Amino acid sequence: MANLFEIAGRETLAELDYFGRMNIQLWDTLRGMGRALPLIGNRHRWHAAVQQMLEIGVEALPMVALLAMCSGFILAMQGASELRRFGALHYVIDLVAVGFTRELGPLLTAIAVSGRSGSAFAAEIGTMKVTEEIDALKVMAFDPVEFVLAPKYLAALIAVPCLSIVAGLFGILAGGLFMFFSTHLGLVLYFRYVLASIVLRDVLAGCVKSLAFATIITHVGCLEGFRVRGGPDAVGHSTTMAVVRSTFLVVVADAIFTTIFYFVGKA
Amino acid sequence: MSLISVRDLVVEYDGRRVLDGFNLDIEAGEVTVLLGGSGSGKSTLLRQILGLERPKSGRIYVKGTDITRCSGAELKKIRRSIGVAFQSAALFNSLSLEDNVALTLREHTALTSSVIDLIVWMKLAVVGLANFGKLHPQELSGGMKKRAAVARAPALDPEILVLDEPSAGLDPIVAAELDELILFLKEAFQITALVVTHELPSAFRIADRIAMLFNGSLLAVGTKDEIRADQHPRVRQFLNRVPDNPVHTPALACYLERYVQTREAKS
Repeated sequence: MANLFEIAGRETLAELDYFGRMNIQLWDTLRGMGRALPLIGNRHRWHAAVQQMLEIGVEALPMVALLAMCSGFILAMQGASELRRFGALHYVIDLVAVGFTRELGPLLTAIAVSGRSGSAFAAEIGTMKVTEEIDALKVMAFDPVEFVLAPKYLAALIAVPCLSIVAGLFGILAGGLFMFFSTHLGLVLYFRYVLASIVLRDVLAGCVKSLAFATIITHVGCLEGFRVRGGPDAVGHSTTMAVVRSTFLVVVADAIFTTIFYFVGKA
Repeated sequence: MSLISVRDLVVEYDGRRVLDGFNLDIEAGEVTVLLGGSGSGKSTLLRQILGLERPKSGRIYVKGTDITRCSGAELKKIRRSIGVAFQSAALFNSLSLEDNVALTLREHTALTSSVIDLIVWMKLAVVGLANFGKLHPQELSGGMKKRAAVARAPALDPEILVLDEPSAGLDPIVAAELDELILFLKEAFQITALVVTHELPSAFRIADRIAMLFNGSLLAVGTKDEIRADQHPRVRQFLNRVPDNPVHTPALACYLERYVQTREAKS
């Protein structure tokens, strides 16, 4: 029994240590973010941030679009099969529009970015640790957080909300295609209904979630990379942990945000 | 006053003592070679002098500043006066050789790109890599990587040059060229060099002073002649290349004979 308490205590302390490190890393990154900004910062960091935006955002675009289209079809078809029974097929439009703007757009994007970029951050920084490149940066009087992490974070803060909006658009488009083929509702009319069903607060809620997800994915991925000790097997482990932890934390954060928005919306 | 002064340094990893009350002075303008067997604490000492790790106790003064107690900004300032070539080369794999050498020049100086290009070409030419500047580290042989690391280390014309096993894995001609380069840098720029090496001919060619480590302590320190004349058994063993546990041939033969007999009995 004592052994069980020991394990629970050790695991709790380990998790607290993890979150403590992540908060310190977040604070260090925010302090170094100014150096990654255009015009006022270091142009090399800004160039690195733009490069990261291409990798996180543009390269993920086809995958996110396809994921959103498929999910849009699924949501519309599942919704229609139930709502049809009550003669409320037109509510599929609200379901898809609101669902993708507030929820599925940011969430699907976060899962895709976590798998693509979160793992890439962990692998890149982990390899840099193993090959002593991080130590080389330090002895060259560079701050590894500012040099490596700040451009990635800035890029994620811009790319992930943009991707979320694109995912929302493709998901809603898929709903429109479904409505066109099932009820012959024209796409122009469909998008008018969509615009009528969503309000600015839905878009803002989606953007706030996207920013939080970008923060989680970047910092979990980079922290897993910085924590690497040992050889290539440790890099593989950190990559896996980056995806597992960031996906889990994204879903938890989504639940918290949704709860907050639900009660704020009711009030 | 010594340029680098190590006082009563104690370093432990998970309770295992790696450096035990270590003292060493490195004088300005001298080439000091650290000799010692594997696990004697040479690389640990280098990491401490570079401020990459914190000791359990003791002090390290670099240019009069205690780097075990100084602020991050002070440490950065000191690091700008130190050039380091790591044992694993630690070149940035995402950058070409030219960019590896140019990185500190671009970030820490206001030199124009044409001047930086010229300096980079000169640094690479010194180690025979002038025609390989466009290649990335993964396209180079192990020896070429080492030479590139040695070219990168003095990019900012530092006061102190730290080289961790620079000639390990190099052919004798390139290793000899590297020795001459270190001597040239010392003569031309009064550079202070701290070199870790296992290569005895190289050590005795370049050293002004040799410090020999054993089990985390300083065994002997002195000029080349003083070390050659030292009668400490461990120093003699190291210089005469006498193995610690010589293979006991009769015992091995006896063991093999018993093994064969057992196998025959079983079959």
